[in-house]
Amino acid sequence: MTIAAEGKPDDSAQQAGRPALLQSEAAQGIALISPTFLYALAMLAVPILVTFAHSFWTQNYMDIDRTFTLENYRIALTEPIYRDLLWRSLFISLTVSFVTVVLAYPIAYYISFHGGRHKGLWLFIITIPFWTSYLLRVMSWKVILGFNGVLNSGLMALGIISEPSTAFLYNTNAVIITLTHAWAAFAILPIFVSLEKVDRTLIEAATDLGDGAVRRFLRVTLPLSMPGAISALMIVMIPTVGDYVTPRLVGGKDGVMIANAIQAQFGKAANWPLGAALSVTSMVVVTAMAGATVFILRWAARQAR
Amino acid sequence: MNIVRRLLSNWLPVYAVLYVAFLYLPILLLPIFSINQSAVPQFPLTGYTMKWYAGLPNTPELLSSAWNSLIVGLSASIVSTILGICAARAITRYRFRGQRVASGLIMAPLVLPEIIVAVSMLLVLLQLGVGLSLFTVILGHILICIPYSVTVLISGFEGFDRSLEEASADLGESAWGTFRRVTLPMVAPAIISSLLVSFTISLDEFILAFFLSGTEPTLPVYIWGQLRFAAKLPSVLALGTLLLLASFMMLSIAEILRRRAARRAQNEGGVYA
Repeated sequence: MTIAAEGKPDDSAQQAGRPALLQSEAAQGIALISPTFLYALAMLAVPILVTFAHSFWTQNYMDIDRTFTLENYRIALTEPIYRDLLWRSLFISLTVSFVTVVLAYPIAYYISFHGGRHKGLWLFIITIPFWTSYLLRVMSWKVILGFNGVLNSGLMALGIISEPSTAFLYNTNAVIITLTHAWAAFAILPIFVSLEKVDRTLIEAATDLGDGAVRRFLRVTLPLSMPGAISALMIVMIPTVGDYVTPRLVGGKDGVMIANAIQAQFGKAANWPLGAALSVTSMVVVTAMAGATVFILRWAARQAR
Repeated sequence: MNIVRRLLSNWLPVYAVLYVAFLYLPILLLPIFSINQSAVPQFPLTGYTMKWYAGLPNTPELLSSAWNSLIVGLSASIVSTILGICAARAITRYRFRGQRVASGLIMAPLVLPEIIVAVSMLLVLLQLGVGLSLFTVILGHILICIPYSVTVLISGFEGFDRSLEEASADLGESAWGTFRRVTLPMVAPAIISSLLVSFTISLDEFILAFFLSGTEPTLPVYIWGQLRFAAKLPSVLALGTLLLLASFMMLSIAEILRRRAARRAQNEGGVYA
């Protein structure tokens, strides 16, 4: 289909010269985007469909048995080990996304309303940590939270605790802290963009009509910036459900997530169909959770009004 | 009332500074512990040393993985920028049916869990009998660099005055000639910025490289292997500091170029409008 569209402008150009070329603007646009689109199709859409197909098949030693079965999904949803991993992953991604957005909102607000001439610089400062290696940042949190780590030695030096605590590393909290840090920039930027779009005269109008700072924020700024906050939630929630590095490095036994099980199926356990079913299940479930969150937030916003 | 107002107006800047401190804390610890005598990263510091850096060039595996990362980074950034130029141009310059769907798919790697992208690609490559190598890592990195390239390039292509291109076409320049002599010089900073950003992403990317690299590790995959050994931690911190500096420098250049491009597009557009 796209190849045919690509062929078209060339033919007409040869027949009718440049004016025809300019007329077929849409065809030119399609021709121009198709290399990139086809690349994404071949490297992303097709592989995901292949994964989806695999999730209905069975691993038979070295071969794949291509008879349709829902057995993998039964295992993914009912086996306690996978069910627990899935629940924990969902809990972690839900918590991380809310904590990240709540922490990010004030800073986005500060940059948008009080950033003045330095808005660009502020945004640059905030995005820099996010551009550095994810692996190194997680490793650094391991150094901070560890038994002999920065937090423990710092607290001991201050005399708050007398011996190192093991409570910081190798648990769900460590995973949540690390992920909240890792996704900060992803939450700040969409909120900032939607705060920038808030019409400042509406806030002035609220002030003129006698609203105080808090009321004016709750009734004007916050509702108008909700789309940004919601997209920030989604941007953090969906990818974090499949995080692999953080649970492996700082999660310990209690912080293992579904991605670690998926990796095992594609690695040591060599059960691709089960790995595929676990991938599909976590994507579907996290999408459902994201949808439900948006729905509940919108409903709550309507009730508040 | 006055006190409340003062608290409200002072609360935010204090929070902003604390938040930035939280963002930078883990990143500043790497360089600090990389020049610390003790092999265990903890306070108080035990004294200044450069020995962890001095040991780096004597590690052949490190050098070969750095070389691998360079090859992957260069290939991925060049291809993703070329594909990014096509997409960004199509999105900013043209309107056509299916534009949203096409750009949605192109930007999708940004919001998908990386592990899903990685295992799906792995599955297809293994089914097709393509052996894992640096080439497969490059394929993966191109895919995830494209959304960043497109974003950077769109901001360079936007605010760009279309009448300049129309004028060029009216004066008899061909479509290619207009692109080369009018469009390209205006968007060159955005292109360089896209190259730098995608190189940085590729240099730091771990999950796709981990699944798709076979026996030739990139730097993050090498680091991952070293993390198992506590004694190797200081060298990893030293290496990490160097990577940090490289990323920071490339991104600063990219940011300066991007801003210059945005300014130039607006100014020159304004002059000719």
